[in-house]
Amino acid sequence: MLEKAFEGGKSYWAWLMFLGALALIGVYYYIQQFQFGLGLTGLHRDVSWGLYIGQFTFLVGVAASAVMLVIPYYLHDFKKFGKIVILGEFLAISAVTMCILFIFVDMGQPMRIMNVVLHPTLNSVMFWDSVVLSGYLAINLLVGWVTLSADRKGVPPPKWIKFFIYLSIPWAVSIHTVTAFLYAGLPARHFWLSAVMAARFLASAFAAGPALLIILGLIVRKVTKFDPGKEPIQAVGKIVTYAMFANVFLLGLEFFTAFYSGIPGHAQPFKYLYVGLEGHTELVPLMWTSTILAVLALVLLVFPQLRKKEGLLAFACVSLFISLWIDKGFGLIIGGFVPNPFEEVHPYWPTMPEALITLGVWAIGFLVLSMLYKIAVSVRERMAGIEIEH
Amino acid sequence: MKLYDGGKILIGLVVFLAFVLFPFYNNIGKVNAKPEPKTDTPEIQEWEKVNGKKECVESKEFMQREHMQLLNNWRDAVVRDMYRVYVSKSSGKQFNMSLQNGCLHCHSNKKKFCDQCHNYMAVKPFCFDCHIQPLEKEENKS
Amino acid sequence: MSLDRRQFLKIAGISSILGFGASVASATHTIWEKGLEPPQIEPNKDGLIAKRWAMVVDMSKFKTDEDIKMVTNACHQTHNVPDFRNPDGTVDEKFEIKWIWQEPYERTFPGAENQFMSEHIKGMPFLVFCNHCDNPPCVRVCPTKATFKLSNGVTMQDEHRCIGCRFCMAACPYGSRSFNWTDPRKAINAATENKAYPTRTKGVVEKCTFCTERLQFGKMPACVEAAPKGAMFFGDIEDPNSEVRKIVSSQLTIRRKPELGTGPAVYYVIGGSDHA
Repeated sequence: MLEKAFEGGKSYWAWLMFLGALALIGVYYYIQQFQFGLGLTGLHRDVSWGLYIGQFTFLVGVAASAVMLVIPYYLHDFKKFGKIVILGEFLAISAVTMCILFIFVDMGQPMRIMNVVLHPTLNSVMFWDSVVLSGYLAINLLVGWVTLSADRKGVPPPKWIKFFIYLSIPWAVSIHTVTAFLYAGLPARHFWLSAVMAARFLASAFAAGPALLIILGLIVRKVTKFDPGKEPIQAVGKIVTYAMFANVFLLGLEFFTAFYSGIPGHAQPFKYLYVGLEGHTELVPLMWTSTILAVLALVLLVFPQLRKKEGLLAFACVSLFISLWIDKGFGLIIGGFVPNPFEEVHPYWPTMPEALITLGVWAIGFLVLSMLYKIAVSVRERMAGIEIEH
Repeated sequence: MKLYDGGKILIGLVVFLAFVLFPFYNNIGKVNAKPEPKTDTPEIQEWEKVNGKKECVESKEFMQREHMQLLNNWRDAVVRDMYRVYVSKSSGKQFNMSLQNGCLHCHSNKKKFCDQCHNYMAVKPFCFDCHIQPLEKEENKS
Repeated sequence: MSLDRRQFLKIAGISSILGFGASVASATHTIWEKGLEPPQIEPNKDGLIAKRWAMVVDMSKFKTDEDIKMVTNACHQTHNVPDFRNPDGTVDEKFEIKWIWQEPYERTFPGAENQFMSEHIKGMPFLVFCNHCDNPPCVRVCPTKATFKLSNGVTMQDEHRCIGCRFCMAACPYGSRSFNWTDPRKAINAATENKAYPTRTKGVVEKCTFCTERLQFGKMPACVEAAPKGAMFFGDIEDPNSEVRKIVSSQLTIRRKPELGTGPAVYYVIGGSDHA
């Protein structure tokens, strides 16, 4: 089945070459960073996590979103998702790969990564994050492979795979809860010290991930002979809508607590992000862009007449994805560090090498995704017309 | 018999050989003398005067084999468990468990001692990224 | 017995995994084997010991900026802390590493100032450094125990183990920690460095360690030694006869951000003291 990733037309190979080139640029700049140190990024003593960790946080959410297809199909027998669950699982693999890469490029001493395994520290949320993410990657590789192989042979998958499929459901919730715990348990950072962090993370994950799945599904329909189907896409669209409403609502709750309580520690980061603090307004345009894109997406999603038009749905999903990428992949992290423990504002902005390394990691993720999707689509095309039984 | 895909096979073979034989043709012409670590620094000669013989924390054979492990153990004992003194198994003497202020106090000639074996074995320990190595001095020719 | 290709590959694969695993296991036995233990190792008999090291700082005894600089320089010199500067001579705040430095009152105790407080008081200098908390968030989050508590109360840093993830920097409520964004040796003067103490390398976090390397040889922390008489006290707060215990139990002292439950071990005397 793996060989299907290497069989493709000119446009497929052109796409892989393009991604490969971006990846190589990222590798080149990473080598520079490895030799110079993380000073090559825009990070500094006060904002010690930035774009890399933001991308990691956002992508854990995208990875967890596979569960939004698994639950309806496997727990509730929603047969419409039968053909596209694999796309969710393969997206999860690609996203977790990117998460691992972003952690790696963010580490000061990556060659010492085995210390996390050699000296397990059960009180450290980061240790648990490494455990659950590795486990999730393994589960999705196993489940994706076994179910797709069974589809290719036109037989139901072996019964034992059901255990891992059911396991993936709470596991998906756990990866993003644990990632939220990285932030939500730090007494130092009032912007993050909120009980709803995990809920927000899950809501935004279940909006952004399926939104990306819809976009990918529409692209797959256009460039291959595999059509995910109009109804499955619409069903995912409903999931995106509800999840995005939940996410925006939870964000609103944060605003309420911050501003109604009036406690400076809680309110100042929000001020910095949305109106500026002490003359620093670096992130304000970006955060308002995120807000406008979110509102736009919600308007297009909430009205079924608009959501049913696939063109508008696609636009809404792109708008939503970008909005959440800004909010979770950037604003959330910076807000935690500004103002610093001395109530000073020291802004952060990524440097060009940092941005190119980030782009390189995304390119590697999309390389993995494209090749995995090529395999899945080849199987679907081959078995078109034959009913799937899981 | 026809060799199918002969062109690709031959190219692949050439690339493979280029990779595998790299260590050999890259080192043609480079001198690789047997390492001769020198233990005649002024500090060692001082020790010899006081104690009658050159001696290290443990025997030469032990140190050759185990100095990496010993240093790792010293590191954990000093940094993590607050110990400071090592009692030699071979001589019973007490030593300050320190690379920079212990080992390198006597072995103050990294180029003629540490680097001799490390370079020969192409080993690059990163101890010296942090632990300051002593300035190379002229040897006492007396 | 005839094997088909698939069976052969399965057997070959499993054998090589087992073989690889066995070789890794035999190599890693040296990692899992026990380290050194007494009586082969001993603490230094001159070393200072305590149940709980703590620091008392009386800023009223610092009369000039020079007094404060003597203290910060003593620490940074002793520990080869790099001094990154911009071309114009100002401190490069991006690469800056600091173990101990001064901050004005309103920054040391944010939220404690009020609008009618004089600028003079708001600007009064305080020495800030790692608080070696009882309940340190940094130790809680470190995935490798590179930062950990010693049994004498010091929050210690193991630079050999740090992977540079900077989770501890996110967790510290006091901004006590610095990261090596590049090789610190670029900003250390080799002519004046302390040859008895290592530098760090790029990619690891560092901070004040209450001078454990000096305590092990019976010496007081460098900052305490360099401070004016009566300005800084260092001792075992669980010892009823120690200076720090006497001051803390009889005078008004405050700690930074006490509401967070971290339990700092650095106490700032309010109102001056007669202890010297």
